[in-house]
Amino acid sequence: MRNLFRRALPLVTGDAAQEAAPDLWVRCGRCRELLYTREWEAAHRVCAKCGFHARLSVADRLAHLLDAGSWHERDANLRPSDPLGFAPPGRPSYVDKLAAEARESGQTEAAVYGHGTIDGIPVVLAILDMAYFAGTLGAVVGEKVARAFELGIAERCAVVVVSASGGARQQEGVVALVQMAKAAAAVQALAGARLPYVSILTDPTLGGVTASFATLGDCILAEPGAVIGFAGPRIIEQTTGEKLPPGAQTAEFQLAHGMVDLVVARRDQKAAVARVIRLLLDGTAATVVAPGAPEPAATGTNGTSFATSPTVAQVTR
Amino acid sequence: MTLLLDFEKPVGDLRARLETVERDYATDPTDELGRLRADLTLDLANRTRAIYQSLTPWQTVQVARHPLRPQTLDYAIGMCTEFVEFHGDRAFGDDRAIVGGPARINGRAVVLVGQQRGRETRERLDRNFGSPHPEGYRKAHRLFQMAAKFGLPVVTMMDTPGASPGLGDEERGQGWALAANLAALATLPVPIVCVVIGEGNSGGALAIGVGDRFLMLEHAIFSVASPEAAASIVWKDAKHAPHAADALKLTAPDLLRLHLIDRIVPEPVGGAHGDPSGTITSLRAVLDEELARLAAMPVAELVASRYAKYRRIGSWFEQGGAPS
Ligand SMILES: [Zn+2]
Repeated sequence: MRNLFRRALPLVTGDAAQEAAPDLWVRCGRCRELLYTREWEAAHRVCAKCGFHARLSVADRLAHLLDAGSWHERDANLRPSDPLGFAPPGRPSYVDKLAAEARESGQTEAAVYGHGTIDGIPVVLAILDMAYFAGTLGAVVGEKVARAFELGIAERCAVVVVSASGGARQQEGVVALVQMAKAAAAVQALAGARLPYVSILTDPTLGGVTASFATLGDCILAEPGAVIGFAGPRIIEQTTGEKLPPGAQTAEFQLAHGMVDLVVARRDQKAAVARVIRLLLDGTAATVVAPGAPEPAATGTNGTSFATSPTVAQVTR
Repeated sequence: MTLLLDFEKPVGDLRARLETVERDYATDPTDELGRLRADLTLDLANRTRAIYQSLTPWQTVQVARHPLRPQTLDYAIGMCTEFVEFHGDRAFGDDRAIVGGPARINGRAVVLVGQQRGRETRERLDRNFGSPHPEGYRKAHRLFQMAAKFGLPVVTMMDTPGASPGLGDEERGQGWALAANLAALATLPVPIVCVVIGEGNSGGALAIGVGDRFLMLEHAIFSVASPEAAASIVWKDAKHAPHAADALKLTAPDLLRLHLIDRIVPEPVGGAHGDPSGTITSLRAVLDEELARLAAMPVAELVASRYAKYRRIGSWFEQGGAPS
């Protein structure tokens, strides 16, 4: 980094430096090192000095996980509504808050889903977005996640979900709460079709998302340093008076407690996801199970006719 | 009845006066005292009904949390001819905030699982005020699997401020335990009837509250978070809990109107805490009816319609009306 700094410095001088610096240089959120923006972006926003994984936009996440040009978003036109008529006196109404979130984030909701390929493997991918309403789980996020799993079943391919969320969206009340059950049921439907689900937990994954689809993966990957838990650190300290030890609720803490399978640096995630999906799809299940509705007991299904269908051939290469 | 809620004070005064008049009448049964007694009795009934017909959401929260309100074990003892409490998650410990085991309701064998808050201070501490630890949810999970194995319907009773949020709970995977129950209940191949008997907050309630029929006692609450927690998120101050209770639409009538619950179980006038045995009788009759109806459904149909029921819950619109 030092070398880079010296090499780059002469390029911007005087007033130009004042203007250009914010774009050219970025300060690491953890170690405060000055990083050359272009290099930092090329490393998917991981600090070259301390390894800090800064949050990614949905676009950046897609770029680093999927094969170039393979992404096709689904149902981008779903918009949140206001099921409770949430407009308490003295607080911004939910409708106003939604407008503000859209304005500030440039997004229309806190999740996207669609299909693409990872290392040539067709997958359905859903990504939660902290930039919009703290990635909170409401009806649109729940619906997109559920549709992602159903698309996985229809296309007979693996599902990957990248989670980042502050929890359930209070302003949608029980509608938001029940999305946890709806999404978990959709995960079960995919499990009934015996297709792999890889869950990637990023910073932060909390509350209702942790207590639902995010922790139901066949394989759970976590990003280094990500805060992952049910109750947020502030709530734990307020409720119990316990001071959390350093490192509590990080990805590494969850790995040590047996809650995640792997902590994987961003640059290695694509290869890890591809490898896991390939291995899981190489069992006999992918070629013999009937697709469709949730199967309470999915073992021993005999549907060999599906083995020759083109969709299965596509999945199993 | 020593525990009076603020808004019950007028009724409490009236009741105290009635008791005095009844004592006097017993020793001196004049016509005048008899008439007064009749008037006061009628007045008390009318005032109680009036108060309970127009509870604010925040008042409903107080009723739902009333310490004399029947709890899961009161129902287990009061409505089941047999109940064997099973203990432990077979992995870590026995969480006393969740109780459960095989039981018999009106001749029908079921598996009963519910949260238990406790009443006396020591019991409340012992049961962590009804906030289950992961091992409690894993005990419930074990009981759900047992129900599936033996083809027993499941009855769950929600009564919790929420899942326990301690460091130990995080170390033992609270989120994982809750999620595993949501998944298990989604496809459990037996009928499931869930009832909110008191306070049903957040994922901690939902993790034993996914099923074919979702009922609420008339003055129970069901919410994405406790009003205090929601207030500290939306208002940045838990003191706004009464405002949050208004905005969250957490009462049974509001949730029924929003099609988020299936049925309201009426409570005796004056609330469940005023007449626990009347409440238990009322719920037993409703459960019997619900279980009989579900028992007639083929399992595959039951599970498919459960999936469809949860799949439908949501609220959004499609911009531009483009086909998806
Ligand atoms: Zn750094």
